[in-house]
Amino acid sequence: MSAIQVENLTKTFGDFVAVNGISFEVAKGEFFGLLGPNGAGKTTAIRMLVGLLTSNDGSILIQGLDITKDVISAKMKLSTVPETRNVYTDLSARENIQLAGKFYGLSKNEIAEKSDELLNELGLSDRGDDPVINFSKGMRQRVSIACAVINEPDILILDEPTEGLDVQSRRLLINKMKQMNENGTTVILTTHNIEEANQLCERVCIINKGKIAAIDRPETLTSTFDKTQSIEISFNCSVTQDFFEPVSVYRIENYGDKWRLYTSSPDRTIKHLSKIAEYQGLEIISLRTLGPSLEEAFVSLTEVKK
Amino acid sequence: MKPHINTMIRGVLTVAEKDIRIYYNKPPVIIFGLIFPFFMFLAFYIGRDMDLSTLFPGFISMALFFTASSVGPLITPWEKQQGTYERLLSFPVNINTILLGDILAGATFGFMISIVVIVASVVLLGVVIEQIMVLILSLILGSMCFAALGVLLASPSSQAPSNIMMLSSLVRFPLIFISGIFIPIKELEGTGRILSQISPLTYLVDIFNAGFYGTSVFAISIDVLILSAFTLLFVYVASLFHKKNMLKGL
Repeated sequence: MSAIQVENLTKTFGDFVAVNGISFEVAKGEFFGLLGPNGAGKTTAIRMLVGLLTSNDGSILIQGLDITKDVISAKMKLSTVPETRNVYTDLSARENIQLAGKFYGLSKNEIAEKSDELLNELGLSDRGDDPVINFSKGMRQRVSIACAVINEPDILILDEPTEGLDVQSRRLLINKMKQMNENGTTVILTTHNIEEANQLCERVCIINKGKIAAIDRPETLTSTFDKTQSIEISFNCSVTQDFFEPVSVYRIENYGDKWRLYTSSPDRTIKHLSKIAEYQGLEIISLRTLGPSLEEAFVSLTEVKK
Repeated sequence: MKPHINTMIRGVLTVAEKDIRIYYNKPPVIIFGLIFPFFMFLAFYIGRDMDLSTLFPGFISMALFFTASSVGPLITPWEKQQGTYERLLSFPVNINTILLGDILAGATFGFMISIVVIVASVVLLGVVIEQIMVLILSLILGSMCFAALGVLLASPSSQAPSNIMMLSSLVRFPLIFISGIFIPIKELEGTGRILSQISPLTYLVDIFNAGFYGTSVFAISIDVLILSAFTLLFVYVASLFHKKNMLKGL
């Protein structure tokens, strides 16, 4: 039995079709990514998955349970981390976690034990009794994750969990997601961070304009949709885009002191760049080749359809 | 849908506990629920030749009305503004569970404050209670009815608590003038008398009169029936509107 089975799911708001007949399955224990540009229908799809919205057509089975028929039982099996700002700022971190535990029907002892464990694991043990209003965004998000996982859910759905977080909080959250997934929890992650999805997800589903544009392993998607490679190079002094004029490449992008050149023949391009640098008396201080990226596949899939 | 009675009861109690911890000490609840009815009473009482014992049931009714209905209007818009409403909905609860929890929190606030005022009045002012069971019944019914009204007032899809508090004042103020609080129902005539009969507060004042003095305009059973009917109506309409506006403003 799949963790989640979505069949022909459709949601309209008036004449606007937010989600248009999408179907997919998520296996038990899978780390699954849901990607798409803003307004693609991800949040609407997630809201239907967690029982907040009812669909106009189609079905959602959560571990075999039809969410439209028994939303409470389905909600007992899954936990959600909605987008940011979703913890009670008047309460302490511990009180927020305890409140979540009560909703899931955990005993007092279980709640106390799990709260301590989670606060410790998420680096909040010394601030557990402080009101959340004094917390940074990253700390609030850690509390939010703790609230979602106190019941050790079979399925964890996270909507942009690392958006705008500092590096430390982001790492803590990613480690927690990985750890839960290794322990058998099915994780569904929606994110704008393509690199994050590439690193974490076994499969990704790219949604565009309410429809599934592609669904596959990140490696398969990148190799299918983008054959180009890129070279990232920087010199000991700054150069302008004119410097690269003699080099034959598809596209040139500038990132700070680095230049990225997209080419189908990295070897030939590197040799050419070395010659130009030597001729102009420049020193190459960093050089690396990059394979086709999931981001390129994402851009191709979502731009082609426009 | 399966009943999930235990999950629902647990959900109602947890929502109420959350509301009690967070919203009882919010400034709008203190102002509209406690300070306002007290000053309203003083404004009408001081400088007039009125008998306190005649006004007392009306005063308690007004206090209960304002306290019980002050928590509900704040919760949903506040949670939508803070971003916690979506998290709340993601727990194993449905909208009716949340509403019942909010009503329980509002009713508990109204009930407790009214008990404190009544006990203080009995001890300090020598107010006499004729039928204590009727009084307790009226406190429970009134608390539930006006807490449900408070939750109904929160149903428009607004993220701004101040908008809802303004709307709730618009609805609540007229009721205190047509419900026999300052002028006994028996003395109301014409349109005033007709209007008084469509206000749930009228029946609370009446049953309080029965509880304190053993006299009432309507039969106690009529007061109980009408207050219960208003409670069910408020809950039903609140449920319809909250479901409709559930995701607006998220």
